[in-house]
Amino acid sequence: MQRFSAFALVKHALSGHQRWQPQWRDATPKPAYDAVIVGGGGHGLGAAYYLAKEHGLRNIAVLEKGWIGGGNTGRNTTIIRSNYLFDESAALYDHALKLWEGLSQDINYNVMFSQRGVLMLAHNVHDEQSFKRHIHANRLNGVDNEWLTPAQAKEFCPPLNISGNMRHPVLGAALQRRAGTARHDAVAWGYARAADALGVDIIQNCEVTAIHRDAFGHVTGVATSRGEIATRKIGVSAAGNSSVVMGMAGLRMPLESFPLQALVSEPIKPIFPCVVMSNTIHAYMSQSDKGELVIGAGTDAYTSYTQRGALHISAHTLEAICELFPDFRRMRMLRNWGGIVDVTPDRSPIIAKTPVPGLYVNCGWGTGGFKATPGAAHLFAWTIARDEPHTINAPFNLERFARGMLIDEAAAAAVAH
Amino acid sequence: MLLITCPFCGPRPELEFGYAGEAHVVRAQDPRDVSDSQWTEYLYQRSNVRGVHAERWRHAHGCAQFFNALRDTTTDHFVATYRIGESRPDAAVEAGR
Amino acid sequence: MSQNFRLPTGGRVNRGKKISFTFDGRRMSGLEGDTLASALLANGEHLAGRSFKYHRPRGILSAGPEEPNALVGVGADEGHYSPNLRATQVELFEGLVAESQNRSPSLRYDWAGVNNLIWRFIPAGFYYKTFMWPRGAWTKFFEPRIRAMAGLGRAPRAPDATTYAQRYAHCDVLVVGAGPAGLAAALAAVQGGQRVILCDEQNELGGSLLSETDATIDGAPAARWLSETIAQLRAAGSLQILARTTAFGYFPHNMLGLVERLTDHLPGVAGQPRERLWQVRAKQVVLAAGEIERPLVFPDNDRPGIMLAGAARIYASRYGVKPGQRAVIVTAHDSAYRAALALYQAGVGIAAIADVRANPQGGWVDLARKAGLPVRAGCTITGTSGRLRVSGADLAPLAADGTVGASERVSCDLLLMSGGFTPSVHLFSQSRGKLVYDDALGAFVPGTPAEDCWVAGACRGVSLLSEVLADGFAKGASAARAAGGALVPARGFATTHAPATGGGFAGALPHGKNPASVRAFVDFQNDSTAKDIKLAISEGLRSIEHIKRYTTTGMATDQGKISNMNALGIATDVLARPIAQIGTTTFRMPYTPTTFGVFAGYARGDLFDTVRRTPVHHWAEAQGAVFEDVSLWKRARYFPLAGEDMHQAVARECRAVRAAAGIFDASTLGKIEVAGPDAAEFLNRMYVNAWSKLKPGRLRYGLLLREDGFILDDGVIGRMSDECFHVTTTTGGAARVLTMMEDYRQTEFPELKVWLTSTTEQWAVIALQGPKAREILAPFVEGADISHAAMPHMSVVECRVAGVPARLFRVSFTGELGFEINVPADYGRAVWEAIFAAGQPAGLVAYGTETMHVLRAEKGYIIVGQETDGTVTPDDAGLSWAIGKAKPDFVGKRALARAGMGEGVQRKQLVGLLTDDPQVVLEEGAQLVADPAQPPPMTMLGHVTSSYWSATLNRSMALALVKNGRARIGETLHVPMPGRVIRVTITGPVFYDAEGIKLDG
Repeated sequence: MQRFSAFALVKHALSGHQRWQPQWRDATPKPAYDAVIVGGGGHGLGAAYYLAKEHGLRNIAVLEKGWIGGGNTGRNTTIIRSNYLFDESAALYDHALKLWEGLSQDINYNVMFSQRGVLMLAHNVHDEQSFKRHIHANRLNGVDNEWLTPAQAKEFCPPLNISGNMRHPVLGAALQRRAGTARHDAVAWGYARAADALGVDIIQNCEVTAIHRDAFGHVTGVATSRGEIATRKIGVSAAGNSSVVMGMAGLRMPLESFPLQALVSEPIKPIFPCVVMSNTIHAYMSQSDKGELVIGAGTDAYTSYTQRGALHISAHTLEAICELFPDFRRMRMLRNWGGIVDVTPDRSPIIAKTPVPGLYVNCGWGTGGFKATPGAAHLFAWTIARDEPHTINAPFNLERFARGMLIDEAAAAAVAH
Repeated sequence: MLLITCPFCGPRPELEFGYAGEAHVVRAQDPRDVSDSQWTEYLYQRSNVRGVHAERWRHAHGCAQFFNALRDTTTDHFVATYRIGESRPDAAVEAGR
Repeated sequence: MSQNFRLPTGGRVNRGKKISFTFDGRRMSGLEGDTLASALLANGEHLAGRSFKYHRPRGILSAGPEEPNALVGVGADEGHYSPNLRATQVELFEGLVAESQNRSPSLRYDWAGVNNLIWRFIPAGFYYKTFMWPRGAWTKFFEPRIRAMAGLGRAPRAPDATTYAQRYAHCDVLVVGAGPAGLAAALAAVQGGQRVILCDEQNELGGSLLSETDATIDGAPAARWLSETIAQLRAAGSLQILARTTAFGYFPHNMLGLVERLTDHLPGVAGQPRERLWQVRAKQVVLAAGEIERPLVFPDNDRPGIMLAGAARIYASRYGVKPGQRAVIVTAHDSAYRAALALYQAGVGIAAIADVRANPQGGWVDLARKAGLPVRAGCTITGTSGRLRVSGADLAPLAADGTVGASERVSCDLLLMSGGFTPSVHLFSQSRGKLVYDDALGAFVPGTPAEDCWVAGACRGVSLLSEVLADGFAKGASAARAAGGALVPARGFATTHAPATGGGFAGALPHGKNPASVRAFVDFQNDSTAKDIKLAISEGLRSIEHIKRYTTTGMATDQGKISNMNALGIATDVLARPIAQIGTTTFRMPYTPTTFGVFAGYARGDLFDTVRRTPVHHWAEAQGAVFEDVSLWKRARYFPLAGEDMHQAVARECRAVRAAAGIFDASTLGKIEVAGPDAAEFLNRMYVNAWSKLKPGRLRYGLLLREDGFILDDGVIGRMSDECFHVTTTTGGAARVLTMMEDYRQTEFPELKVWLTSTTEQWAVIALQGPKAREILAPFVEGADISHAAMPHMSVVECRVAGVPARLFRVSFTGELGFEINVPADYGRAVWEAIFAAGQPAGLVAYGTETMHVLRAEKGYIIVGQETDGTVTPDDAGLSWAIGKAKPDFVGKRALARAGMGEGVQRKQLVGLLTDDPQVVLEEGAQLVADPAQPPPMTMLGHVTSSYWSATLNRSMALALVKNGRARIGETLHVPMPGRVIRVTITGPVFYDAEGIKLDG
């Protein structure tokens, strides 16, 4: 792999940038692989990278029905944080956050992980109680999270309106300073490049249409739009289509898929230094390096695979943005888009073995999958390679629903972003 | 914003309705008779169809009635709406859409 | 400055009305009817902005919504300031203040222009390849510097001083675009008897007809036909015209979002909204959105003075502005000849028309040749000169095999280009209609629609005026018919002097130079070049979406209107695959950038969200109560006397309730009337409790689970008669509970004869609590004996209180003797005031939710949402006693039998906590551990759910959920806090009057 560096940029400038290698090969499928990952988003590409790097599996393929990073990886608002309430969740997301902190160096690709801090606004006494419970639990779990008064919140994010006259005034905020954002495309491309360098085949425009199993039920391969591929290990990491792909193996999943919208403003000069989230009035926002205000809306009410949502949902979010940041009321929406999020009953993900031998699944991240990308990929690779979960992802199994041992972040925090 | 035809009131904007999840998920007559896994199926497993999906809506800001609908989740276009207790419109309806 | 480049005659501007404005502080003038762009050009100003990345000087490129360069900040004060407005769409008004953007210190001298010198080192995606060392330097060092360079305009520095409106509308036919196709469509739809809305983004209807100076339609000059047609349409009562209205979004089921600009162009109009959002549901839609001209991609194609040919013609024809003195035209399309002729007639010298086509032919080419314009066929452009204004074009012969001959510099101050036209398929694509690539046209055009819509005119590739009109009329007629209107016979339109046009080019022109040394811009605003696209592809980013994201082509504020087809053209060359296979990126709303405020509309300030106030609210307000938000309700939290803080007020309120009496507004509690022969059976199936044997006149605490076995809600339920229950719910849970009950009633238990009615707003609920409650209340009660014997704890009676019909509950959430008086809401305040006044001698105080919380916590009563969080079972909360064990079923019963829910699992259980130091009040949410010395992650055993200073106990106390808590009573645990550890002892959850003696006063 050609190393990326400032030096390399200068060197290539002299040759007019005409000698850069492809970041990944345009691989064609081989007849058989040791493992196949279905879904070329950050989670799938990352899993392939860690399988190759840490578990010695090199003869593997990532199958992507469209273009890599084109699903939720390339459609989310890139918020990264780990201040989740329950021990299991905090361990999972902080595992990811720690990997984020060294990811650019690890894969030699600047994913622009920016630890600019995530501020979560409390608007009523119940929010305040809930956030303080998070802060206490996080502290004992070794996860940073602190309480800010409204004045401190405004100091951290000057455009914030902390007037007591607001319909839902800001009573305070929880701040995780290690949290922040990253460049979503770079995560997909960086993992793809690093995995490719370890021999992983990244196969785009390759849609899986069937999962084959033998007489014992073990997986034997997949049928794809680009032919048959034999394999004894299939890792499904196809957010937005998890139910569809798992259905090919005869499994019904505890998932529903909803549209989730986001939008950006026209670019402006830097004015918004952090990420602000308000679960109570349904808005979250940051400013991209390009200068756009990046805004996330809530999910639509109904299941859909259309990758678009209703106007009243994004309008509702802009109502909240305009109240929280009244100077931005005259800013303009440049682009709105939708993704499909797979939501579990307890709003926590599933990274697990399945009842089908050789079939593994990483799904159910709801609105919050991007932040977990390196951690989920790392744990999913472990689970696939060893045919057993890592201690961190062991609680995120499929059986918890039958046993009632939910990890209910939704109930604890109203919404989990 | 979808335009939803309430079987009782006619076409109305989505804002008048509440979505109520997959239709025809049957609660056991006597839940004591079902296994943990069957109960889990009832509680949590959903078909989450990519295609024509049978689902429930409630005309919350209208007649307040729950009803069923068939909607194509790849286009959001409705195939049919029908009352609770009526069987799912047959495949011919779906094919003729 | 005076308008030196204003033509003596012509155009639709009002020469009688001069308008002054400033640009970067310089005072200039224009005419009524100008845009900011046309006024700048009239003053000879092309330089209007700086590009995003290289900060290159940029001029006005277009005359419409596709403008990528001339973006300005407009507004005389911060409350009216908007960044990034396209000068081509800003209507000029008296006193307009505009400033250029993305430059420092000035538009002419911009220090960040240094980026333009180091361009070789910062190709597309350079930031992915560097700035990685040392770790952490990205956030602290590199990113802030990159961010400072990025962005275009600046945010306003004050809240918006204007307002916005919103409206819903329905129509039979919505026509988007009022150019010739849209006007004809509207004519037909009106003729078909339909209710029609016709919208257009410009200030005047007419589209391309507004700059049509040559053609006649049905014998009349185009301008006259236009005014007559508009008059005819206006006369039709069934048509609504919305000018200055952009259709920005196409949503499912034929709903479109429009935004109407109302007052930006009318300074001094006060009190009117700035913009209005229309959400239109149309039976049928006709899209007549026109087309957008493509630039050509050649080295240094971005200098000020380089303009789209069609835009130059519009400036001359519509605005009476001469965009330059001496023009070079480079084209691959016949329409540029028309522009050349128009400018020539306006007195612009035409230095050359370079046509990259070997053998251009057609009506306009002939006319240009006939006029003696210097046409150079088979000629390309290899570069330009000039810094703040183009000064020359390098023209070179282009052989059929693509080789480029020696170039000749032709001096000019205006360089016009045309690569042909791209149909505006944005809305059609947003509607999820399929686009198909038309090889002959060289463009994507609408294919199969996904909604009830029709596409007419240039936005489906029809270009000849007579055909556009006929097509528009035909589509309007079809739409009217499909919407249920009358059959409208086809109509033709006779036009003269509108020769057909043809040609077109997408991609980069050959220039024969070392590709490494030149920059030919594709996306002008984002500075992405042909070379960047090639770089992306060579690096393996071969999907058009990858190319877009890697190079940022098409991601500027014009969203690819200028760049997308050329980028595709370059990609198709490099990849050697046809455009149809590569496909386009997805079109997303909005068509053009749309103000946040117009989406937010009226939902602002107090109207942001509903405010629910109780009948007693204003009384409490007058008493100085401090309120808290509980769901949408405002609830009085405490009633401070002068000088009291919350803790002092609460302590006083608590003492008063325990010693004498308190009055509390419980009106926010949800209330549901459950009535019918099967009401008891229905509640049996919903709530965990048994209801059949509850006697009329008695109350019972009800507990409601979700079907997964966790606590959802609770509340006291009274049996008013055999067939009628008065159900109360939590304040926040009322709607949720009613919906859930309705769901089961309608879908699971349709056989039960039971009806549900929300009565939350019907009853005011006055809680009167304390040992003196009965003596205060008694004088007001008629028709009931409220003595203990006649009316024990947990009973209900219908009677009159203070002369008002009431449902009187004997119930306590404080542990004291208590009543909850339900009276019709309209009488709530009167009854409240009467009781409050009468209770004063006895020491009655008003108390708020905070005191209510303390008093109930002293008794160990839970609050759903505080002691529970969606993971708590009845047994966890110590409420197993409430469950009707003999019942075969209730919601949640089956789930409770699952493995993880009961015995053998260390579930968290509700307990009490007492700190070793009675003065220390624990923080709610604090975590409990056995060993405070362990390193993180610590093993946490539970958390504090409620914690207060108890004036009654004269010490702190808390409730907590602790693993296996009931078995740990008496144990010591620790609460590690920053810098200290608090020791606590686990106790039972009841701190006050465990025997319940006080309930009876």
